[in-house]
Amino acid sequence: MRLIPRSFEYVAPKTLQEAVSILRKYKGEAKVLAGGHSLVPLMKLRLSNPQVVVDLKYLRPKLAYIKVAGKTVRIGALTRHAEIEHSAELKKVVPIMPAAAEWIGDMQVRNMGTIGGSLAHADPAADWPVVMLALNATFVANGGAQRKIPATKFFLGPFTTALKPHEILTEIQVPVPPSNHGWSWKKFERKAGDFATVNTAVIVVPGRKGEIADVSIAVGAVHVRPFRATDAEKVLKGEVPTMDLIREAAEKAAAMSEPSADLRGSVEYKREVTKVFVRRALVEACERAKLLKPEAAVVR
Amino acid sequence: MARRAAVRTVQRRARGPVPQAKVPIRVKINGVEYSHEVEPRLLLVHYIRDVVGLTGTHIGCDTSNCGACTVLMKGTWGNEWRAVKSCTLYAVQADGAEIITIEGLAKNGELHPLQKAFWEHHALQCGYCTPGMILAALGFLKLNPNPTREEIRKGISGNLCRCTGYVNIVKAIEAAAKEIREKGSWI
Repeated sequence: MRLIPRSFEYVAPKTLQEAVSILRKYKGEAKVLAGGHSLVPLMKLRLSNPQVVVDLKYLRPKLAYIKVAGKTVRIGALTRHAEIEHSAELKKVVPIMPAAAEWIGDMQVRNMGTIGGSLAHADPAADWPVVMLALNATFVANGGAQRKIPATKFFLGPFTTALKPHEILTEIQVPVPPSNHGWSWKKFERKAGDFATVNTAVIVVPGRKGEIADVSIAVGAVHVRPFRATDAEKVLKGEVPTMDLIREAAEKAAAMSEPSADLRGSVEYKREVTKVFVRRALVEACERAKLLKPEAAVVR
Repeated sequence: MARRAAVRTVQRRARGPVPQAKVPIRVKINGVEYSHEVEPRLLLVHYIRDVVGLTGTHIGCDTSNCGACTVLMKGTWGNEWRAVKSCTLYAVQADGAEIITIEGLAKNGELHPLQKAFWEHHALQCGYCTPGMILAALGFLKLNPNPTREEIRKGISGNLCRCTGYVNIVKAIEAAAKEIREKGSWI
């Protein structure tokens, strides 16, 4: 067996402006190639057959960076998963990002794949979209003019984003969570390096009286797009967390899921693992935020 | 104006895919410079095997899962050697890059510490996954020169051995890591 993509024209523009004008010229017929670890497999299976491939490799010097500046972390869209995984700076200020990066694909995939590519590809089971939703990230797109799109308005459906055909995602802006925040990243995969059966990111900000001042819960792979489990967040916000409340919140999150049955499991099964993984993530995040003593959650 | 553009589009589609213009690339593999004109859709692994003629790099699953096609490439992430799956890259993406394949590891007839350790610890049975396994291990040791067994297992999780000889593979990588640390030379 040999998997060979359909033929295409290849262009590697030297500037962002040039890349945008090529995308404008070919309308929807051109595809952007960043690390290529979503696009190349799709082209090999001939699920994607673009007329033109626009390789952004020459933009890497400008669009691959991790900059912590005050209350915002700015990450260039061409930054590779592995660069995030091994970033000492991110481990300090936004530890959920390197922790989640570690679970993407395998080492070789992380050495090539990019955060911007993954977000723009918008696989409903991908990891970055879920992390970005939980962190309240904002995306910068450039289609000649620059515009900002909040993560909550970016993912429209499977493989569909708010990006226009001629727009390129250039930067991810992540607000730095308070230093005493608790976080958790839980991903359930059928085999090592697989896409998630369910993945969830939780950020908990503790208040002064042992209560949850703020919480965000994002869930992926069990809906047509990753979502914020707002019903679950409402249960916990302002409350002193207990195992009963956490269980209730996890049930609310699972109730918001709308999984489809596939080789990773039936609808009922996926709802159940959603509940379990959100619960475990909430427990871990609350423990890290020192809102829950480890012994409080012996039965998880 | 708009109508003329529409007619042009229809004509273009009727002709089928435009014949691809070949693209010139220059790649340094195992220290040797190669330059060729390639179709953009040519995958790096096919370039290495069929055009350059280095068949030590294998094709297993062809779907980015098995890691048999793993090579080291410089220039993807800073200026460091990193393991990549050559079935998931177009050759044109590697233009200007340096690559190491299994053929480039032995020096002056002497096996690389990883090759030696795979031999000594019986870390290969059928041998099909071995070139990819060794280069993935080398890329992993570049990131983590002193790993635990658990970390090794995670590090090579992108490489499949259908003989399931993982126990000896992990032992071999552990032994090679020690030798590489003691020698102080990685390649």
